[in-house]
Amino acid sequence: MDINDLRSLITVLSFLAFLGIVWWAYGMKSNQKRFEEASMLPFLDEETDLVEQGLDRKGQRKAS
Amino acid sequence: MLETQSTYNYKVVRQFAVMTVVWGIVGMLVGVIIAAQLVWPELNLGWLHFGRLRPLHTNAVIFAFGGCALFATSYYVVQRTCHTRIFSDALAAFTFWGWQLIIVLAALTLPLGITSGKEYAELEWPIDILITLVWVAYAIVFFGTIAKRKVTHIYVANWFYGGFILAVALLHVVNSAAIPVTLTKSYSAYAGVQDAMVQWWYGHNAVGFFLTAGFLGMMYYFVPKQAERPVYSYRLSVVHFWALIFTYMWAGPHHLHYTALPDWTQSVGMLFSLILLAPSWGGMINGVMTLSGAWHKLRDDPILKFLITSLSFYGMSTFEGPMMAIKTVNALSHYTDWTVGHVHSGALGWVAMVSIGSIYYLLPRLFGKSEMFSVRLITVHFWVATVGVVLYIASMWISGVMQGLMWRAVNADGTLTYSFVESVKASYPFWGIRFLGGLLFLVGMLIMAYNMVKTIAGGRAVNDARVLLPAAHHA
Repeated sequence: MDINDLRSLITVLSFLAFLGIVWWAYGMKSNQKRFEEASMLPFLDEETDLVEQGLDRKGQRKAS
Repeated sequence: MLETQSTYNYKVVRQFAVMTVVWGIVGMLVGVIIAAQLVWPELNLGWLHFGRLRPLHTNAVIFAFGGCALFATSYYVVQRTCHTRIFSDALAAFTFWGWQLIIVLAALTLPLGITSGKEYAELEWPIDILITLVWVAYAIVFFGTIAKRKVTHIYVANWFYGGFILAVALLHVVNSAAIPVTLTKSYSAYAGVQDAMVQWWYGHNAVGFFLTAGFLGMMYYFVPKQAERPVYSYRLSVVHFWALIFTYMWAGPHHLHYTALPDWTQSVGMLFSLILLAPSWGGMINGVMTLSGAWHKLRDDPILKFLITSLSFYGMSTFEGPMMAIKTVNALSHYTDWTVGHVHSGALGWVAMVSIGSIYYLLPRLFGKSEMFSVRLITVHFWVATVGVVLYIASMWISGVMQGLMWRAVNADGTLTYSFVESVKASYPFWGIRFLGGLLFLVGMLIMAYNMVKTIAGGRAVNDARVLLPAAHHA
C-alpha cells in the first residue's frame, strides 16, 4: 500500500467520524436531555451575577 | 445552591479586559496612520513608513487586542461554566505579564525591521519561544480549570476556546520553525513552495482558529447571557464545532491560487473553503436565532446590538470568503483591495464587534456595577463603529474590483491597457473613504475607553464573587 492510499483512507475515516458525530448529536434520542441541560449551564449561577453587579437577591441595588 | 469557600479569579480577567481596550486603541491608531500614509505619502517618515508599520498594525490588532479579549473572556467563561476557580493563579498571572511583554517586544522590533517576513508570524525566534512558553501556560491554566470542573458537561463555549488554544499551539510551533543565525535573524526551516504552503496553512488557520473559533466561544456564552435565553440549538453547536475543526485545516491553499503550488492542492483548498460556508452559517444562524422570540431586546440593548451585528458581519464575510476562494473569482480579487475589505469585514465587523460587546458585558461586572457608566455612550459607539465598518468595506470593494479589472484589461494588440500606477491613482478617493471609516472605528474605541475609565472610577474591583455549586449538578 502506497502512502497516498493511507492519506485517502484517513480522509474517508475522518468523514465517517464526522457523520458519526452528526448522528450522535441528532440521531440519539438519549442525548436530547443532556444537551438541554448543557445549554442551561451559563444560567446556573445567577446569584454570582448579582454579586458581580452589586445587586441583592431581588435585583435591587444594595445600599452601600 | 451550595456555597464554597472559593472565589473566582477576576483579577486576571480584569487585567486582560482593560488591556483589550488599550491595545485596541493602539492597534487601530496604527491602522489609521498607515491608511493615512496611503493617501498622503509624505507621512512615511523614517522607520515609521508603511512597510514597517503595517505588520505592527496587524500584530497589534490580532494578537494584542484580539488576544487580550480571548484571554479575558476565556478565563471568565471557563471559571463560570465549570463552577470552579481558575487552575493556577500564578500561571494565569504569568500568561498576562508574558503576553504584555510579547506585545511590547513586537512594538519595538517590528519598526526596527527585525522580522522573519512571514505574514502574521513576523516576530523573530526569541519572541516566538516566549510565545510558546506563554501559550503552554495558557493551555495548562485553561485545561486545568476544565479538569477540576464541578459539573459533568463541558459547555460548548469551552470546546471552542479549547480548540482555539490547541490549534494555535500547533500552528505557531510548525510555522515558526526556523534556523537562528543571530539573536535577531533566522531563516525558515522550509524552502520554496513548501515554505509558502506551511505559511498559508498557518495564515488561514490563524483566521480560522485565532480569529474565529475563540470568538465563537465568546458568542456561545455572551449572546445567551445577554439575551437571557439558552442558545437556539445546542445540538447544532456540537455539529458546528466539529464541522469547523474538520474543514478549516484544509482551506489554506486558497491563498496561493495560480502560484507554483500544485494545481490539485489549489483545488482542494478551494473545495474545502466552499464547504466551510456550511458550518460558518450554521454557527451564525445558531447565534442569531438565540434571540428568536426576544427580538425586541435588540431595540434598546446596545450590547446585544454589538453581538448580533457582529454575527451579521460574520455571516457576510464567511459568504464572501468561500466565493473569493473560487479560482476564477480569485483571479480578479487576489492582490487587490477587495482582500483588504474582506479581511476588515471579518476583523472589524465580526472579531472587534463581538469582542467589544463581550467586554461591555464584562467590565461592569468586574467592577461591581450593574451596567456601564453610560449605556447611551455604548449606543453611540455602536453606530459610529457600524458606519465606520460600512464605509471601510464598501470603499475597498469598489477599489478592489476596479483594480482587478484595470490590471487584467488588455488592448486589441495584447498590451496592457493601464500601467500599475494608473490603478494606484484611481484608488486614491477610495483610500480616502477607507481612512475615514477606520478613523470612525477608532473614535468608537476612544468613546469606549472614556466609558471604561468612568465605570472603573465609580466601581470597586470585584474579588469576592463566590463559586456556587449548582444544586442539580454538585459532585
